[in-house]
Amino acid sequence: MTIDTAKNVSASLASRPFGFSRYMICMRGILNREALRFLHQRERFISSLVRPLVWLFIFAAGFRQVLGVSIVPPYKTYVLYEVYITPGLAGMILLFSGMQSSLSMVYDREMGNMRTLLISPFPRWFLLVSKLLAGVAVSLAQVYVFLGIAWFWGVKPPLYGYVTVLPALFLAGLMLGSLGMLLSSAIKQLENFAGVMNFVIFPMYFASSALYPLWRIQEASPLLYKICQANPFTYAVELIRFAFYGQLHWTSLLVVVGCTVVFLTAAVIAYDPSRGLMSRKPTTGGTT
Amino acid sequence: MSGRGFLGGHHPARKMEHIHPSPSGNEPAAIAVQGVSHSYGRHQALKNVSFSIPPGCIAVLLGLNGAGKTTLFSLISRLFAVQSGSIRIFDRDIGREPREALRRIGIVFQSRTLDLDLSVRQNLAYHAALHGLGRTETRQRIESVLQTVEMETRIKDKVRSLSGGQMRRIEIARALLHEPRLLLLDEPTVGLDIQSRASIVAFIRKLVADKGISVLWATHLIDEVYAGDHTVMLRQGAVTAAGLLRDVLTHTGSANVEEAFDKLCREAPISLEATA
Repeated sequence: MTIDTAKNVSASLASRPFGFSRYMICMRGILNREALRFLHQRERFISSLVRPLVWLFIFAAGFRQVLGVSIVPPYKTYVLYEVYITPGLAGMILLFSGMQSSLSMVYDREMGNMRTLLISPFPRWFLLVSKLLAGVAVSLAQVYVFLGIAWFWGVKPPLYGYVTVLPALFLAGLMLGSLGMLLSSAIKQLENFAGVMNFVIFPMYFASSALYPLWRIQEASPLLYKICQANPFTYAVELIRFAFYGQLHWTSLLVVVGCTVVFLTAAVIAYDPSRGLMSRKPTTGGTT
Repeated sequence: MSGRGFLGGHHPARKMEHIHPSPSGNEPAAIAVQGVSHSYGRHQALKNVSFSIPPGCIAVLLGLNGAGKTTLFSLISRLFAVQSGSIRIFDRDIGREPREALRRIGIVFQSRTLDLDLSVRQNLAYHAALHGLGRTETRQRIESVLQTVEMETRIKDKVRSLSGGQMRRIEIARALLHEPRLLLLDEPTVGLDIQSRASIVAFIRKLVADKGISVLWATHLIDEVYAGDHTVMLRQGAVTAAGLLRDVLTHTGSANVEEAFDKLCREAPISLEATA
């Protein structure tokens, strides 16, 4: 085999500018890897669908008779409870997917895989945003498969709603993925992730408008109502709910975009080698 | 760059002169570490570490577990930021020009970092993307590096199906994919059987001879060091010696690398009588 000297061959690679196309190659590579990993982990795909479907098929069926939903925007008439909670269940998929990405980042960091990403010559913020987008893309696929199944269960928003909801799902996915990324930077060990489930996912999901309209919660507990109003997940769900009917809920949009910026900025800082949490603790793989 | 003084507890302190040859001509040092210290909270992992490695040679970073080898690698690869001092890769400061410095480095970490569920090709293609290599170039480079590590027949196999030694070869191939000028190997032979270890050591040495790549090899396995190698000895986060191994042996009055390692890397020389 003919071997060029490192000095000669590297001179060409090292001198090449890092233009836009190279950034896109890098992002595509990260997206591909996330998609491949997802395809190889069928259990993850199935469990991501089973969870909301159980809520739709069992929980919603049981509550349909107990919990009446009055006419509230964006609905123009009485709707079945299944229809009401579908945006919340779409949000649930995004929430769990965002936290799953967080879990995988902690796992990758413990196993060392994260290092291969972080030693890339591309800026770290770009690598993290690419990883975030890859996670969101995978979760969007899950949501649409769920919506397809829900269609046969009688949850039938207008057809254009499947298109108009896409940007809302994307933004909500970005916000929740950014939160997951931020949490992953603070979680030192995989074992601590159970705490995230208890202290982040469940409170976020239950203290929101995903399962019950806010006016119902206000009637039951003014304090819980205030907590729900302070919960960013509430706004993600409402953004999705309105988008299903081609409407834009401005307050939700502003909150979701604002929270995404805050969470993502904090995550990038946390993963920055000079400012963040990464340099404060030794990683595994070596003793010191 | 200066060699650090020998500070062995049972030996009289003596100064080691700087014994690295200066980089010849205009060729900058493959790696120049100057006055680097690093702490995790109160624990100081590295103390004023300085050394440099000329281009095109193999340098062995020797030290016991906990000596600071992995921390030093994390700083060189910018997983951590340099808290004080500077690190330059072919004259590119890792803190100020991280992109240019990282483009010149290929790294094999101590822990396995391959995705077990993906194929060899998919793992390598992911790494190529992380360095911005286009599709055609990626395909060519993957074929080339797999030939180099003699693993071209396993390109479609899942990494999970490979042996430990084969995985290491793939990791080395991955580190070579973007044609780096400096290869960092963090204890690449740990956990391998004797045959696989010998194979990896021979392969790396051939790589340096054939391709002119510079290698910084962290290890605590002293049988992997040859007399003509450059060595950097670490003890408790401080450099105790740096230079050609034969010069280190001369300066420390050691008969062999084991003796020099005992003097320079262990907290106290091992008493053979005590262990007998």
